[in-house]
Amino acid sequence: MRIRAVEISVGVFLLLGILALLLLALRVSGLTVASSTDTYKLTAHFDNIAGLTTRAKVTMAGVTVGKVVGIDFDTETYTGKVTMEVQRRVNNLPTDTTASILTAGLLGEKYISFSVGGEEEVLVDGDIIYDTQSSLVLEELIGKFLMNTVNQE
Amino acid sequence: MSADDAFAVELKGLTFNRGSRKIFDNVDISFPRGKVTGVMGPSGCGKTTLLRLMAAQLKPEQGEVWVNGQNLPDLSRSALFDMRKQFGVLFQSGALFTDLDVFENVAFPLRVHTNLPDEMIRDIVLMKLQAVGLRGAINLMPDELSGGMKRRVALARAIALDPDILLYDEPFVGQDPIAKGVLVRLIRLLNDALGITSVVVSHDLAETASISDYLYVIGDGQVLGQGKPNDLMNSENPRIRQFMQGIPDGPVPFHFDAPDYRDDLLGDH
Amino acid sequence: MRHQSLLDRIALFGRSGLDVVQAMGRSLIFLWHVLIGRGGAGTGMHLLVKQLYSVGVLSLAIIIVSGLFIGMVLALQGYSILVDFGSEQAVGQMVALTLLRELGPVVTALLFAGRAGSALTAEIGNMKSTEQLSSLEMIGVDPLKYIIAPRLWAGFISMPLLAAIFSVVGIWGGAMVAVDWLGVYDGSYWGNMLNSVDFYDDVLNGVIKSVVFAFVVTWIAVFQGYDCEATSEGISRATTRTVVYASLAVLGLDFILTALMFGDF
Repeated sequence: MRIRAVEISVGVFLLLGILALLLLALRVSGLTVASSTDTYKLTAHFDNIAGLTTRAKVTMAGVTVGKVVGIDFDTETYTGKVTMEVQRRVNNLPTDTTASILTAGLLGEKYISFSVGGEEEVLVDGDIIYDTQSSLVLEELIGKFLMNTVNQE
Repeated sequence: MSADDAFAVELKGLTFNRGSRKIFDNVDISFPRGKVTGVMGPSGCGKTTLLRLMAAQLKPEQGEVWVNGQNLPDLSRSALFDMRKQFGVLFQSGALFTDLDVFENVAFPLRVHTNLPDEMIRDIVLMKLQAVGLRGAINLMPDELSGGMKRRVALARAIALDPDILLYDEPFVGQDPIAKGVLVRLIRLLNDALGITSVVVSHDLAETASISDYLYVIGDGQVLGQGKPNDLMNSENPRIRQFMQGIPDGPVPFHFDAPDYRDDLLGDH
Repeated sequence: MRHQSLLDRIALFGRSGLDVVQAMGRSLIFLWHVLIGRGGAGTGMHLLVKQLYSVGVLSLAIIIVSGLFIGMVLALQGYSILVDFGSEQAVGQMVALTLLRELGPVVTALLFAGRAGSALTAEIGNMKSTEQLSSLEMIGVDPLKYIIAPRLWAGFISMPLLAAIFSVVGIWGGAMVAVDWLGVYDGSYWGNMLNSVDFYDDVLNGVIKSVVFAFVVTWIAVFQGYDCEATSEGISRATTRTVVYASLAVLGLDFILTALMFGDF
C-alpha cells in the first residue's frame, strides 16, 4: 500500500539521520561518556603558555589523563595560570611532578605532559604543580642557538 | 436588527476597500431563500470579493452580513466554524485537493465537521457523487479528470454537508456547451429539489440569466440594477443596458485612455 | 522609451525597498500564525509524515551523491596541498573539520533550497492559484495549519538530519580517496581526526548551523509560495525568489554564525 511505503521510508530516513549524528559524535569526534565527577583539579603556573588552549590534552607517558579547563593570567606572579582536570584514577602523582607544554608534531597543537618526580606525597584536588616548563617559542630557540654559536667563537 | 426569514443572506450597508479602491460602498443586497440569484457585472467589479465576504473569508470595513439570522462579522471563531456547515462553495477551477482522490475530496468536509463512521461517510459520498453523475469516478485522482468533471466533483464536495446556501464562483467559464448544460441542470436541480439558496456569480449572460430567478448587476462599488432577468434586459439604465446587451462602447468605453489622436500621429515621439 | 528622471528612479528604488520591508513584515506575521497563532484543527501526524517524505526522503539522493563527491574532492585537494608540507596524515582532520563546520550545513542548505525549497514554493503557489487554499478556508480548515505548518516542520526536522548524513558520507568518501587511493595510513586519517574534532565545538556547532539554516530556508520557501501572485508567472517568479533569497540568507548567516562560534577575538 502506498501509505505504508511512505511511512517506512520516512522511518528509515529518520533512523539514518540519527545514525549519522551518532557516528559523528562517537567515531569522528571521539566523544567519550566520561563524567566530570571522575576528575580532580590541579593548577600550574607557566612563564609562557603560548599556543596552549582550553580543552588541550593533559598526558603522561603519552597517555591522555586529563584536559585543560582554564587559562588565566595571575596578576600577582605575572605568570599564566593553567587549570587542569585530571582523571581520578590517576591519583598517585608525586608533588614534584613536572608539567611541560609540548607541541604535537611540527605544526601541531600544544598540550601538557606530566613527568614523574620522586616525592612520596601525592597531589590531591586543588594542589599546585610547581615544576613547570613553559611553551617553547621558536624565536627564542633560534635566539639561544645563535647566542651559543657566537659564544663558542 | 435581525434578518428577514424570506432572505437567506442579507448584506446591509456593506463597505469594503482594497487599498485605495472602494470595491463596495454602502451596498445592500439580499438573496431570497430557496431561489437562484445571479450576481453579474463587468470584470473586476468585485463579484468574487462578494462571495468571499459572504463566506466570511474576508471582513467588511463596515456593514453587516446576515446569514440565516446571524451576523458573520460578530461571530466568534468557533461559531464561525460551525456556520461553515451551512455553506457550500464551488470555485471557478473546482479547487479539488490534488493529493487526495475523488472519494477523499468529497469526504473532506464530512471528516472536518462530523464524527461519522467510515461506512456512513462512504454512503454519503456515493450519494453525492451519484447526484452529480460521477459515482464511477470515485477512485480517480483529480489530475485524471477533465475540467468539467473536476467541477462536478467539487460540486459534490460542496453539497457534502447538505448546506442551505450554495455559492458558485464563475461556474460556466471555459466550459463546452455540454458541460455548461450539465451544470445548469445541476444548479437548477439542487435548488428545486433541496430548497437550497443559490448565488451564482458570473459574467456569462446567457446561462446566468436563464437559470436565475433574480439578478443583481454590480459595478463601481454600487448595485447598478436588480430585478428579474427580463426586466433588466429592457432596462433604461445605460450601464445595465450596455452590459446586458453586450454593446461594445458606452459607459464602459472602447478606447483606453489616450492623448488626442491627431497629436499622437503628427507629433514627435 | 520614456525618459525616467533621476528622481523617478530614486522613487522607484525607495518603493522597492518599502515593498521588501512590507514583505518581511508579512512573512513574520505569517510565521507567527503558522507556528503559534490561533488554535483550531491541528496538523495530524500523517500530514507531517507525508511531508517528511516529500521534503526529506526525496532529497536523500542528491544529498548523498553530493556529499560523497565533495568529501572525495576535499580529500584529493587537501592531500595535494598537505603533501608539500609532509603533513598528508592531517587530511582526515581537514576533511572532517571542513565538512562539519562549514560545507555540511551550508551545502546541504543550498541544495535543499534548490530542490525541496523550490518544490515547496511551487506546490503552495499552485494550491493558491487553483484556490485550494480558499476552499480549505471555506470548509473551515485553516490552510496555515493544515498545509503550511506540516511542511515547515518537515523542513526543520529534515535538514539537520540531511546535513549530518552529508557530513558522514563526505568523511567516509574522503577516507575512500585518501586511504584506498592516495595511500594515507588509515590509522592517521581516523586518529588525527578523532584527536582534533571536538564534539561541542565542531559537531554541535555544525548542527546548530544547520538547524538555523533549516528554519530560514523552509520559512522563505513556504512564505514565497503563500504570498505569490496567483498566476503561473507569479509562481515561477516566487520559485526563483525562494532559491535566491534562501541561498543569500544561508551564506550571510553562515558568516555571522561562524564569526560567533569560531572567532573568539
